[in-house]
Amino acid sequence: MSVKEPFERVVSVHGATVLRVCRAVVGPVDADDAWSETFLAALRSYPDLPPDANVEAWLVTIAHRKAIDIVRRAARHALPVADVPDRPAAAQGRDLDLWSALAALPTKQRQVVAYHHLGGLPYDDVAALVGGTAAAARRAASDGVATLRRTYPAIDQEES
Amino acid sequence: MTYFPDVDDADLVRLHRDLAARAAADGLLDVAYRTVDSPVGPLLLARTPVGLVRVAFGVQDHDAVLTALASTVSPRVLEAPERLDDVARELDEYFAGRRTTFDLPLDLQLLRGFRRDVVLHLPDIAYGHTASYAEMAGLAGSPRAVRAVGTACALNPLPVVLPCHRVVRSDGSPGQYAGGAAAKLTLLDLETRVGVAA
Repeated sequence: MSVKEPFERVVSVHGATVLRVCRAVVGPVDADDAWSETFLAALRSYPDLPPDANVEAWLVTIAHRKAIDIVRRAARHALPVADVPDRPAAAQGRDLDLWSALAALPTKQRQVVAYHHLGGLPYDDVAALVGGTAAAARRAASDGVATLRRTYPAIDQEES
Repeated sequence: MTYFPDVDDADLVRLHRDLAARAAADGLLDVAYRTVDSPVGPLLLARTPVGLVRVAFGVQDHDAVLTALASTVSPRVLEAPERLDDVARELDEYFAGRRTTFDLPLDLQLLRGFRRDVVLHLPDIAYGHTASYAEMAGLAGSPRAVRAVGTACALNPLPVVLPCHRVVRSDGSPGQYAGGAAAKLTLLDLETRVGVAA
């Protein structure tokens, strides 16, 4: 019988990954909400999670649903005048450059890059979340990363 | 993509604190815990919505104790220090010699049968006093169950608060203790010192 770990360990092991995914998908401003909603929902259903489940994939899946909720909520409350793209690059310039570059990607590319490259989800699972085939998800991720290489060249410098 | 900027630890600390508060408000924080430093080493304190459910010494391996709580009580376990402020404060007062009894809600769900009888009679031994394992067996209503009293004390889920350290051998030597023999001596010395001064 495999023993279920205290939820605290789930937060400490996966908290940073889920926050990266949330920031990539909904942007740094709404990411805190998405993170909190994700872990609160995860805590609620944790006792029912099969002990052999892939916890990180499970969390990324919840994060995806919470991100959709947040984007929908924002859309309902959006003022017609307020258009987001030109968020002023304040304080931590480098991070904001990245988040702006991510925000500029088409939604599907942004999701696929976040879930696969940040969340570690295999393309099959990514496709199940965002729709389409695994091959299409792989192409979208590759297109997204190619665009990021142009719009956020620091990616390649930091890779080494 | 290791080349994405990493998240800040301070952000995660803040998010974690908010999560624990919201979990408690939503009735999802089944086990809240924290650790405190003490003269007998780091103590793990864990509580349920009912009350304090577990106190554990460093030598008992806090990670293992939390894993056991996750399987016996609930896996909804989060570190939430402020939920245990009252426990931490009473323990501070106890170790400073300013408190001789604890006034905390307790959750005794980890105790069953004879072990429960024994542990619930531990506060009958007054601060600064001791009882033998045989005397404890009598108090718990089974005078011949001396060995079982030893087991009950060793497995006491709430040491210090329910004072199994006051149960000693018939010859007056301290005997075994879950927190180690040195911890037992430290507690007995503290209570003797404070008791004499009072």
